[in-house]
Amino acid sequence: MDEMKTIDFKTNDDGVAVLTIDVKDKPMNVITPQFLADMSEAIERIRDDSKIKGAVITSGKDSFMAGADLKALVDTFHERTNAAEVYAWCRGYSQSLRALETCGKPVAAAINGTALGGGLELALACHYRVAAMNPKSVLGLPEVQVGLMPGAGGTQRLPRLIGIEPALKLITQGRHVSLSEAVELGFVDKLVVAGNEIDEAREWVLAAEEATQTWDRKGFKVPGGAGLMHPASVQTFMFGTSLTQKMTNHNYPAPIAILSAVYEGTVLPIDKALDVETKYFVSLLMDPVSRNMARTLFVNKGAADKLVRRPKGTDKRPVTKLGILGAGMMGAGIAYVSARAGMQVVLLDTSSDKAEHGKDYSRELLQKRIDKGRTNADAARDILERIRTTTNFDDLDGCELVIEAVFEDREIKADVTAKTEAVIAGDAIFASNTSTLPITGLASASQRPDQFIGIHFFSPVDKMPLVEVIVGEKTGDRAIAQALDYVQQIRKTPIVVNDSRGFYTSRVFATCSREGIAMLAEGVNPALIENVAKQAGMPVGPLAVTDEVSLELSYHVMQQTKKDLGDAYEPTAADAVIAKFVESLDRKGKRFGKGFYDYPDGQKKRLWPGLAEHYPLADEQPSIDEIKNRLLYVQALETVRCMDEGVVTHVADADLGSVFGWGFPAYTGGTLSFIDTVGPAAFVREADRLAEAYGRRFAVPESLRAMADNGEAFYGRGSGAAQRSAA
Amino acid sequence: MTDAYIYDHVRSPRGRGRSSGALHEVTPVDLLSQVLAALRDRNELDTSHLDDVVIGCVSPVGEQGSNIARLAVLNADYAENVPGKQLHRFCASGLEAVNSASAQIMAGQSDLTIGGGVECMSRVPMGSDSGAMHADPAIAYKTYFIPQGVGADLIATKWGFKREDVDAYAMASQQRAANAWEKAYFDDSVVPIKDHIGMTLLDRDEHMRPGTTLDDLNGLKPAFEVPGTQAGFDAVALQRYPEVEAIDHVHTAGNSSGIVDGAAAVLLGNKETGKALGLKPRARIRGFASIGTDPTIMLTGPAPSAEKALKRCGMAAHDIDLFELNEAFASVVLLYMQRLDIPHEKINVNGGAIAMGHPLGATGTMILGTVLDELERRDLETALINLCVGGGMGTATIIERV
Repeated sequence: MDEMKTIDFKTNDDGVAVLTIDVKDKPMNVITPQFLADMSEAIERIRDDSKIKGAVITSGKDSFMAGADLKALVDTFHERTNAAEVYAWCRGYSQSLRALETCGKPVAAAINGTALGGGLELALACHYRVAAMNPKSVLGLPEVQVGLMPGAGGTQRLPRLIGIEPALKLITQGRHVSLSEAVELGFVDKLVVAGNEIDEAREWVLAAEEATQTWDRKGFKVPGGAGLMHPASVQTFMFGTSLTQKMTNHNYPAPIAILSAVYEGTVLPIDKALDVETKYFVSLLMDPVSRNMARTLFVNKGAADKLVRRPKGTDKRPVTKLGILGAGMMGAGIAYVSARAGMQVVLLDTSSDKAEHGKDYSRELLQKRIDKGRTNADAARDILERIRTTTNFDDLDGCELVIEAVFEDREIKADVTAKTEAVIAGDAIFASNTSTLPITGLASASQRPDQFIGIHFFSPVDKMPLVEVIVGEKTGDRAIAQALDYVQQIRKTPIVVNDSRGFYTSRVFATCSREGIAMLAEGVNPALIENVAKQAGMPVGPLAVTDEVSLELSYHVMQQTKKDLGDAYEPTAADAVIAKFVESLDRKGKRFGKGFYDYPDGQKKRLWPGLAEHYPLADEQPSIDEIKNRLLYVQALETVRCMDEGVVTHVADADLGSVFGWGFPAYTGGTLSFIDTVGPAAFVREADRLAEAYGRRFAVPESLRAMADNGEAFYGRGSGAAQRSAA
Repeated sequence: MTDAYIYDHVRSPRGRGRSSGALHEVTPVDLLSQVLAALRDRNELDTSHLDDVVIGCVSPVGEQGSNIARLAVLNADYAENVPGKQLHRFCASGLEAVNSASAQIMAGQSDLTIGGGVECMSRVPMGSDSGAMHADPAIAYKTYFIPQGVGADLIATKWGFKREDVDAYAMASQQRAANAWEKAYFDDSVVPIKDHIGMTLLDRDEHMRPGTTLDDLNGLKPAFEVPGTQAGFDAVALQRYPEVEAIDHVHTAGNSSGIVDGAAAVLLGNKETGKALGLKPRARIRGFASIGTDPTIMLTGPAPSAEKALKRCGMAAHDIDLFELNEAFASVVLLYMQRLDIPHEKINVNGGAIAMGHPLGATGTMILGTVLDELERRDLETALINLCVGGGMGTATIIERV
């Protein structure tokens, strides 16, 4: 008998075996090959040892169990293409759990903490579930969020326990539920005071009369009905499918696979049902979307959140007092997230009114949270007390970090930089939240350019997950470390990029808007442009987003860039359109009540009918794929140029920045993962065609052509977060 | 090829398809049996000569299940040797049954057949047979399924038919149907439906609202806005038709087909058998065709199926004297008129399903009979009968008087 390494197996005198799961060297219990082997061993022992009357399964860690080891999954299946092989590997855990519930002896789960994914599936395969009342515990099947689905009975046991509709809601959204909700839904049998869960489970085992699941008993029916002759179930699957399409635009295969697994599985006996589930799981695991999502949204994001780019050898220095210059929308948002993270915030503007107005933003957001019951008045008051408004630069004394968010004007920025540096300590860091002006230029106004850095937030600050840290020519490691420590404090995901016009995110994002506007100029039906952009997975169409940021701003950036670059400026097809809307049509964007769209009061925005007059529809309209490719390829190609120029230094940062910064579709994994997914060679062929048809913006950079020629990819074989050094 | 001739046809009146409807107490088998009995009796037909009875039915479950054709044959006291089969081409089932029954004659494998249809929508509600089309996630996803009403609204939006246009068409349908009943155009073909003790339950289409005004129609709520916006079907529609900015929900209960109960049957045969039985041919089946089109918008099949049938017959649209296209939704007819360049005076001249209702499996048979009667009344030659079909299909039949 092999020694179990991940399960402490103890049988008490009363005949109840207590299995305590503790996967060493992992912060949470995850499914490792060793755990799978140990679990099989444990189940055999429960079944075969006549002294054992039943079993209790619990965890030796704070949490009960998380699911699969995603990083291992990404690495394992990066190159595997044989479905039968993957199937054989995947069904192991599912079969193991089936063996557990049919071992003939009662088994109870003592859920001491959070149970997610494969961890919750283990609990669902037990005959009884008792949970410790721990306010931080959550339960859920979140696999869909990384393009996967439960693969060990989750899609079959949960609907059999609580009914199809509530189960689908949980599984297709990957939502975490509280313990009380789990009891209400019916998949946790009892809550007990923490510490009593094992005793409670043991008592249940000793008293249990049945050692079978309800679905293994004669006459079992899925609660609420299943199959297509059951009207409620028909409605659930019909609306489930339409809403899934609305949500995924056919880009994400997991939600529909979950619907199918539940639809097909719930009319089958459990063994066949589990097999159907495994097969859908395999199809998702082999789909590039799950790999892309797991890698970018989980593995690479996790690394960035742990500050993988932080320079070595600098001490961690959390910000205790933060200065913010300018209490406009960005400054106000930065103040809110920073005060919530526990920092003392000095919010400075030219008048107390303006500064207080900036603080009002926090007051409003906190009131909303109180109204929704997410916080209480005391906690909100504490946060507000941490925000001090002022007009006096002297109040910045003691700030470890000062972020300026004043008007995008070099002189104003230079002025506040000087005034600030006159007050703050010699080792304090000064950051600019500019989104358009190169950092190196701004740093020339600083007495200590090595302590000058860009921290680019996205709007609205409280909602957007990414922060782009911009390293100027003279920016030193301590400034980078300080910026990253701060981003971690406010719980956002940082990427680190080098200085350039528009940095990384604004620069690449603008290419998509410009491409959409160019299409309009060519006579492409504007509804087609907007709908296909959304269909491709962009959060809003290029015309709508240009209206949002305002045509006026695009116009000013364009003028500024022209001025800065002089002869080197390369005009785009969008320039004339933007100029026309601002100069002669006076349709400057949403803020002005009209742009590419009309904004009638109390109604949905509608494309301006006048577009057809100024840009008559071409007789021949492009295909959906042609528009999709233009919008996505132009962004991917600009990203490659950013890599070539050293603006972005890591593939993972390029992907993270695109997905979390401007909403490049997550199913692609990001702008560079997108190229890998298409396949570099195929991508280059299509880009060459697009360059021929539409111009140099689709020209393939030599680095990418070489990569395609050499059969390489951005993410090399088996590497979760491969790096490619800047050219 | 043997010619298939139409010798006669009858239909039931259409009862409102709900519990207050006059035909609600009649079982589907009984309803169909009464129609079959009437067709036999008025032609003094020795039914033992029938080679087959083909019946269209769209929800063939419950009391419409287990092959209602054979059961109605037995219940109507047809000869025991007469077989029956039920078929399903969604809304064109009643026409497809005529086509299929004709095809047996044309192929020389039958001499005398009946094609017909039945649907008691008050007793076996639409959708009772369920199906993978709308509710199997894999299928509905793959085909971008949306309900027909949203498809009809999509047609209206894409081809620019406004609410005024569809309402105006609906009002014309009501006026034409009222006029036809008033002038007794339908009297020869509609058989009263009776109860068990021989009292007449219904002898006239019950769904009509002859006094309908444009104001009445304009006051009705869009019927498909809720599923379109709240259940996500508009979004699905736009995924397939991204050139449309947003769907304009113009269809209402007033400009869509009504839910009713009804049955109909057509007697078909070759020349010799008809002659031997003393029957007089009224028209010849010139040809027919079905076609598949985009399943999402679902209702654009009529024009391509008409063109396919016309081509098969060596004809063009202008060779057709009268068109009969099922009024599933007003926009379906308006698009058809635009595509085939048909003036309103030549199509659905006695109204249609918007006024009188659409008993799913029976409608195709009914409108074929209606247009044949009208050809005779006007002394015209050719007609084309057409229906849009679920799953994205169209079925068309061309008849010619003899």
